Amino acid sequence: MSEIKKKEGFADNLPERHRSGQFWSNLFRISTGVGIVALIALLLNITNSAFGYVAIENRIDPESLAINGIPLEQLHPIDLTYILKQNVSAGYFRNLENEMPFEQRTREEIYDLVIERVVEPEAASTWSLFDSLFHKSEIQAEVAEKYPNADLHFTSWINGNFLVSPQSANAERAGVRTAVLGSLWVIFITLLFAFPLGVGAAIYLEEYAGDLWINRLIQTNINNLAGVPSIIYGILGLAIFVRALEPVTSGAFLGTMDPTTANGRTILSAGLTLGLLILPLIIINAQEAIRAVPSSLRQASFGLGATKWQTIWHHVLPNSIPGILTGTILAISRALGETAPLVVVGASTFITFDPESPFSKFTALPIQIYQWTSRPQAEFRNIAAAAIIVLLMILLSLNAVAVVLRNKYSNKL
Amino acid sequence: MTENNINSYAIEAKDLNLYYGETLAVRDVNIQIEKQKITAMIGPSGCGKSTVLRAFNRMNDLIPSAHANGSVLYHGKNIYEEDVDPVEVRRRIGMVFQKPNPFPKSIYDNVAWGAQINGYTGNMDDLVEESLRGAALWNEVKDNLDKSGLSLSGGQQQRLCIARTIAVKPDIILMDEPASALDPIATLKIEDLMQELAKDFTIIVVTHNMQQAARVSNFTAFFNLGEDYAGVLEEYGVTAEIFTNPKKKTTEDYITGRFG
Repeated sequence: MSEIKKKEGFADNLPERHRSGQFWSNLFRISTGVGIVALIALLLNITNSAFGYVAIENRIDPESLAINGIPLEQLHPIDLTYILKQNVSAGYFRNLENEMPFEQRTREEIYDLVIERVVEPEAASTWSLFDSLFHKSEIQAEVAEKYPNADLHFTSWINGNFLVSPQSANAERAGVRTAVLGSLWVIFITLLFAFPLGVGAAIYLEEYAGDLWINRLIQTNINNLAGVPSIIYGILGLAIFVRALEPVTSGAFLGTMDPTTANGRTILSAGLTLGLLILPLIIINAQEAIRAVPSSLRQASFGLGATKWQTIWHHVLPNSIPGILTGTILAISRALGETAPLVVVGASTFITFDPESPFSKFTALPIQIYQWTSRPQAEFRNIAAAAIIVLLMILLSLNAVAVVLRNKYSNKL
Repeated sequence: MTENNINSYAIEAKDLNLYYGETLAVRDVNIQIEKQKITAMIGPSGCGKSTVLRAFNRMNDLIPSAHANGSVLYHGKNIYEEDVDPVEVRRRIGMVFQKPNPFPKSIYDNVAWGAQINGYTGNMDDLVEESLRGAALWNEVKDNLDKSGLSLSGGQQQRLCIARTIAVKPDIILMDEPASALDPIATLKIEDLMQELAKDFTIIVVTHNMQQAARVSNFTAFFNLGEDYAGVLEEYGVTAEIFTNPKKKTTEDYITGRFG
């Protein structure tokens, strides 16, 4: 290229321009790399805690409970009931009997009770996935030395039982059922509240509101609200939904007040609070989606003598719905992971019963995770990791739904 | 709007001034459009011919800053009066746009939708067929009525838009450079179609294509930019007259390609 003469008045700086371009592109590559490394580290950290060896020690060796050489697992329900009666306090046994007579219980139920109350297996120690994979012999040696009676086996803390069991004080028996149900209830209320309101506001702002100073002010405020820290929404929710609207949020106005539900700290309050939190996000996303509908479509519709509402209903909404749904699901994902506002509006940290109505006390997955990580026992950190995996799975499936919806509707165009 | 038989024009602008905000876009337009004829509006870019066209069915209302004073008489009634519903105006004065803009719906629904929302009570299948035949599209699409309107070629899409427009049975069809996004063959089809349509409808067409105006129109309106950059109607008359014997120098300069 050197034979091409340099143009007068222009510096010969092409190599320099390429160099600076190369510099920036490398920088961007590095930042992407850092992001990926951080993500991998996060996932490794969680899996590391969610799987691994656990040494289980029983208070009573199940073999010592065998009767006439028949092992515990094969004993007749009557024998199992007898064992239970011998080993628990009389009061507790009567309680169980009152709940449901033993003759009516299945063999599995009684067996579970014997294991839970008599054998009482407890994790003496747990190991991370990394240690379990690479230091197996050392773990075995340690168990043999420190916990001679313990039974060492590899466990996945996230398993079927974990998903369907309610919260428990014992990490081996605790599960996320209560928290998952609580989260789903709260999200359902949130969606019911925020979706119609948000889409409605977006339609108004995009299609009806004129370019007045008041509308511009509202728009600016909505944009700012999207960035307000979530704890502030928690405080707002506490003031409005828990305190001021207590007769409504506690269900008292329907006469269906749950005696265990004190002062409006219910699913309804939490759902409405999270609804307020994601309302600006839904509005902004829906506005973007509505704005993206080509104006040629609106003109075509108006040109045929359609009214404004017919145009919105038949053209603007159907064509913006993929964007609106995607934005809504992303907002819902955010609400699902929120902890701070729920703490403020009074999510319970320890309940073992399923939420039954919007007026029930509740807990939610992030609250449960937070509560488990703050326990001193190591096993709770393992089940916290398992609960994080459950939360991530729910979030990923929500995102997958968003992608599917988007593709499904945009293919039609 | 009552039928006024005395009035022989399809639509008529009187002292029409059009504004975007404070800016005067078009000044003092006086024009009478003949019924069932094709009237072409030509002129350099930015001279306001599209603005005038869109003033005829109050399409400018969609632009918040746009407003009009003066009058546009349709059946003897000023469509800018308070008691006139722009929705009704647009139903009777349809519009075909520069870029083909079919709805993302099936071909059938594209044609049927306008009639549907306007409360058409007749047989929809017949109307769709009649409209597609009217737009010279029926033979090409009759076996694929449930295919998306967007799957058609550009020229077919534009004819679909015309079919959709005539399905609501307007009196007047406004066309804003309907062939400017099309290739010469598709353009020719649209021009043939316009002449066919002029048997039943009044057509007003904005075009940048001088030959097109000369080929298809009965009347031609030449718009130009005034000294204050507001558009003015420079000359209006029978097309043959305008093209062969223009009264004004600027008209002659424009159509012979000396400016614009």
